Amino acid sequence: MMPVSLLDQLPHHRLVAEHWPWPRVIVGEGDWRVAIDHLASGHMTLLGLWGEPGTVHMALLGGSSNEIAVVSFECESGAFPSVGARHPPARRPERAACDLFGLRATGTADARPWLDHGVWGLRHPLGTRQPPGEAAPYPFLPAEGEALHQIAVGPVHAGIIEPGHFRFTTNGEHLVRLEQRLGYVHKGIEGLLAGASLDKAVELACRTSGDSAVAYAFAFARAVEAALNVDAPPHAVYLRALMAELERLANHFGDIGAICNDASFALMHAQTGILRERCLRAAMVCFGHRLMMDVIVPGGVARDIAPEGLAQVRALLEDIRKVFPRLIELYDNTASLQDRTVTTGIVRPDYARQFGAGGYVGRASGRAFDARRNLSYAPYSELSFEVPVLEAGDVNARVWIRIREVEQSLSLIEQILDRLPGGEHRISIDPSGRICEGIALTEAFRGDVLVWLRLDGNNRIVRCHLRDASWFQWPLLEAAVEGNIVADFPLCNKSFNCSYSGHDL
Amino acid sequence: MRKTLFEGLTHGILTEAPPRPDEAALAELAQNVAQTAKARLGRSLSIRQVDAGSCNGCELEIHAINNAFYDLERFGLRFVASPRHADVLMVTGPVTKNMREALSRTYHATPDPKWVVAVGRCAADGGIFAGSYACVGGVKDVVPVDLHIAGCPPSPTDLLKGLLALLSR
Repeated sequence: MMPVSLLDQLPHHRLVAEHWPWPRVIVGEGDWRVAIDHLASGHMTLLGLWGEPGTVHMALLGGSSNEIAVVSFECESGAFPSVGARHPPARRPERAACDLFGLRATGTADARPWLDHGVWGLRHPLGTRQPPGEAAPYPFLPAEGEALHQIAVGPVHAGIIEPGHFRFTTNGEHLVRLEQRLGYVHKGIEGLLAGASLDKAVELACRTSGDSAVAYAFAFARAVEAALNVDAPPHAVYLRALMAELERLANHFGDIGAICNDASFALMHAQTGILRERCLRAAMVCFGHRLMMDVIVPGGVARDIAPEGLAQVRALLEDIRKVFPRLIELYDNTASLQDRTVTTGIVRPDYARQFGAGGYVGRASGRAFDARRNLSYAPYSELSFEVPVLEAGDVNARVWIRIREVEQSLSLIEQILDRLPGGEHRISIDPSGRICEGIALTEAFRGDVLVWLRLDGNNRIVRCHLRDASWFQWPLLEAAVEGNIVADFPLCNKSFNCSYSGHDL
Repeated sequence: MRKTLFEGLTHGILTEAPPRPDEAALAELAQNVAQTAKARLGRSLSIRQVDAGSCNGCELEIHAINNAFYDLERFGLRFVASPRHADVLMVTGPVTKNMREALSRTYHATPDPKWVVAVGRCAADGGIFAGSYACVGGVKDVVPVDLHIAGCPPSPTDLLKGLLALLSR
C-alpha cells in the first residue's frame, strides 16, 4: 500500500517505480528545498543522507506517522543545496557524501573533509576519482578564552576500544567544547559493496559493526527481500528475531557493566560480564558463532538452529532471571555509583528529537522511536513488548533504558520460543532480471540501522548504503558533555557507546 | 551488594582450565621470539591493544578474555593503557590507510624488546576488506608481526591459546 500523506507533503517530478517498500521520488531544486523546510521545522526526521555518482538521497520519516520516503536530487553540476546549512544533523553525512562521491553541498557552513584524511591516494573514490590534493592540517573549530586549554585524545585510546580523535577544550576541570574527528576506521565498505554478490555483501554487512552483526544482516536481508518482493519463511523470521534479541541482551549486559566500570564500580562489570558470556555461549550452541555472524542471509537463515539450541536458550533465560534482578538492585542502591551517573551527560530532549536519535540515547531523552514498534516489521508485529522511554536524558537514564530493554528482550525471547513456527529456514533468491531498489530499518541494540540498496537484476549490488544509529548520536555526545568534568567523559562516552566502525564504514 | 559478594566466595569458581597453547602458534613463535628476551621479561607480559580498522568484533572477544571464565590475568598477562608500558602490541583490523600512521607511531612508542600479535582474519591479509582503496591489507605490511591468531573473530579460547604460546616458549 502506498503511503500517500507523506508524499503529499513532498512535491516531486516523478515516483521511482521499483523502490520498496516505501516510495522514492526524484525532485528538482525547489522541491528539494521544500524537503529541507520540513526537516528544519521539525515536521520530518532525517533518517539518512547518502550519495551515489551524480545523485544525493535523503530518507525522511514523517512527523506524526510512521511513513518513510526517499527523496533524490540529481546533481547536474555536481552540487546540491546543503541540507546541513539549515538542519545540522545532515552536516556530517553531507561531508561524507562529498568525500566519497565529490558531491558538493552548496551553502554549507562546514565544508571540511570528514572521512577523507588525505591518505587514500585519491579523492572521491566512489565518484569522480580525482588525484589527491595537497595535504593540509585539519582545522578544528576554535574555542577561545584566557583560561582555556586543549586536551587531544586519540586516535589510539587507553582501553580496548575503537580509534577516534577527541579534541577537548577545558576550563580547569570543566569541558567547554568537545570536537570529534572520526573516519580512522574507514574501510571503504560501500566501495567493496558495489558490484558484490549477495553472499559477499551480507558478509560485509555483518562486519560493518561487529557488535551489531545480526542487526546489519537482518536489515540487509530485509532490504534485498523488499527489493525483490519476496518474504523469508516464518521459521527464519522468528530465528532472526531470536538472534536480534540475544545480540541486544549481550550488548546491554556488556554496556551496563562497562558504564559502571567507568565509575570504578568493577563488581557490576564482573557480574554482567558473566551474563554476557553466557549469552554468547548460547549463541554459539544455537547458531555456531558467538556473535552470530553470517547466519542471517537474504531468503532466510543460512542454517537452522541446532537441535539442543532451544533448551540452551531457556536455560539462559532462567540464569538471567535469577541473577539480573539483584544486579538492578545493586545499581539502584549504590549511592556512590548513582552520584556519578545521575545528572551527568544530559542530552536535551529537543536535540534528541532534532537529530532523530535512536536507541537508548533517544529513548532516555523522550524520543519514543523503536523500529521494532514504529515500523512493526516481522515478527515483532506479532509479539508483545513495551518500549521504555524516560525524559531525564542523563547517563543514569541511559542505563535504565538498557535495564528495561533487557527485561523486554527476555519476554520477547520467551514468546519467540513458545511460538517458533516450523517449516523451511531458507528460500532461494532468484535473479529478477530488472533493476530494483529496497530499503529496510532494523532496531540494533544502539538504535535503528538503515540499509538502502539497488540490485542489478542479476543479484549483484549496484549501490548499497548502510547507516548506523551512531551518525545521529555522536554529535549529541559533543553537546551532552558540555559543562561536565573531564573525568566524567568516559562515563558519558560509554553510556552512548557509539560505533566507530559502523559510522566510518 | 553483600549478598552478591558473598555468593562470589561460596558459589564455586567460574574460571575454566587453561587451554593448551596453540601448536601452530608455537611453531610460528619459535622462529620469532628470542630466548634471551623471555629471560628478561619472565612470564609476565603487558599488552597494548590497537584497533587498526577492525569491525569491533575482535575487540569484543579480546574484552571477553578478561571475564571470569577466561581470566587472562592469572597467566600474568594484562592490558595496559599506553604503548610505553607494553611488551606486546595486539593489533586488529585490515589497517585502514587512515590508521597506518597511528599504528606505526604506536609501534615506535613501544620499548624493545616487543612483540606484535596480529589478531583476526583482517589483520592477516585484509580479510574481506582486502583490495579496498582505504585499506593497507595486513598488519605485517606496516609493522613486523611475530604471531597471528586466526578467526573472524577468534574465540576467547583461540586468543588464550595464542597468548599462552607467547609465554610457554
